[in-house]
Amino acid sequence: MKHLIDILDFSTDEIDALLDRADDIIANPDKYREVCKYKKLATLFFEPSTRTRLSFESAMLSLGGSVLGFSEAKSSSASKGESVSDTIQVVSCYSDIIAMRHPKEGAPLVASFRSEVPIINAGDGGHNHPTQTLTDLLTIRREKGRLDNLTVGFCGDLKFGRTVHSLISALSRYTGIKIVLISPDELKLPAYMKTDVLDKNGMDYVETTDLIEAMKDLDILYMTRVQQERFFNEADYIRLKDSYILTKDKMDYAKKDMCILHPLPRVNEISTEIDDDPRACYFKQVACGRYVRMALIMKLLEVEA
Amino acid sequence: MNIDSIKNGYVIDHIKAGMALEIFRVLELDKLDCPVAIIKNAISGKMGKKDIIKIDAVIDLDLDALGYIDPDITVNFIKNGVLVEKKHLELPERITNVIKCKNPRCITSCEQELDHVFKLTDREKRVYRCIYCESMAKQR
Repeated sequence: MKHLIDILDFSTDEIDALLDRADDIIANPDKYREVCKYKKLATLFFEPSTRTRLSFESAMLSLGGSVLGFSEAKSSSASKGESVSDTIQVVSCYSDIIAMRHPKEGAPLVASFRSEVPIINAGDGGHNHPTQTLTDLLTIRREKGRLDNLTVGFCGDLKFGRTVHSLISALSRYTGIKIVLISPDELKLPAYMKTDVLDKNGMDYVETTDLIEAMKDLDILYMTRVQQERFFNEADYIRLKDSYILTKDKMDYAKKDMCILHPLPRVNEISTEIDDDPRACYFKQVACGRYVRMALIMKLLEVEA
Repeated sequence: MNIDSIKNGYVIDHIKAGMALEIFRVLELDKLDCPVAIIKNAISGKMGKKDIIKIDAVIDLDLDALGYIDPDITVNFIKNGVLVEKKHLELPERITNVIKCKNPRCITSCEQELDHVFKLTDREKRVYRCIYCESMAKQR
């Protein structure tokens, strides 16, 4: 029995096969309509996340399965003080697979130690969010046709952004990847990510504070939100906030086929005037999220079309 | 100073001078009922000064904890008054309940019954990370 706790739990061959399956689901949805009939997915969301939960539920329903679960801790036994281990052992008896989000880092790993069914980490605090990374990889591969030989820019909050850390880790296993880190000094990529991932894998990377300057080389621009609460003083936030907002005039500096991604929700970091630009791929990314979760559920349940 | 030789037990040797009390604490030797001797600042040809701990009983000695504290330690196993094995320690791949994760966002911060487990992620730099949240342990 296999779980997905960290994106690196899967080899690149496994990820490639998963993305191939997702592509086939997109091309032939009817083939997959009943492959999970009579199977049940439990969505255990100890903290709210409407988007991710709905994506998982939609994925399971599209495979002909059923869903059950809760969407916040206060409607679960956790509010009575039940441990993650106990909750999981109980829910294992009711379901065939579990997608779990928890505010504490490492909670899905604890769940995997005690579960009788596969566990999918649907986000654990600021730590991991592997299905978002699978979503990002599928979107990149569908848009660019490859996962190697790409220049990928990450912009905004690179310090606390778990989606950024996971995607960089996943891309570190492909060749010819160049990473461009665009952020204010206050929100630079943590040192351990540079030593343990970028340097360790001999990855080519540069750091800059200038989005416009970096733009011209990028194949992918991964935007994240710069949040006011991350700054120690308001003056710094006001000084910097507009530098990392993607607007139509900044897009003039980008390649004609650059692809803009964003894990969503956005607030104001991508101007809505860009939504109609063919390079804006963030809503396609949402659709990819459902397909790749369908492929993942099939893999972990070991079902075939 | 006269310390009786050990019949069945251990001599933990080549402890960096000044570290014996920390090892005494981590191994919870205060809870033992048998003779335990701590020798501080013994003369050492290689180290200049060293500490030594002698335990005159067969106990469940946590070699991983010892290896984490100081991989240069040597453990001598004594049986019937005779040295039967000399073990040179190394950094263990994994340590359990030797150190605690300090990350307030880690699951171990709210589920008290969980073991605090750290794994070695960089032998050269002696980096250990929590298996749950991947926070780095404070380096020794």
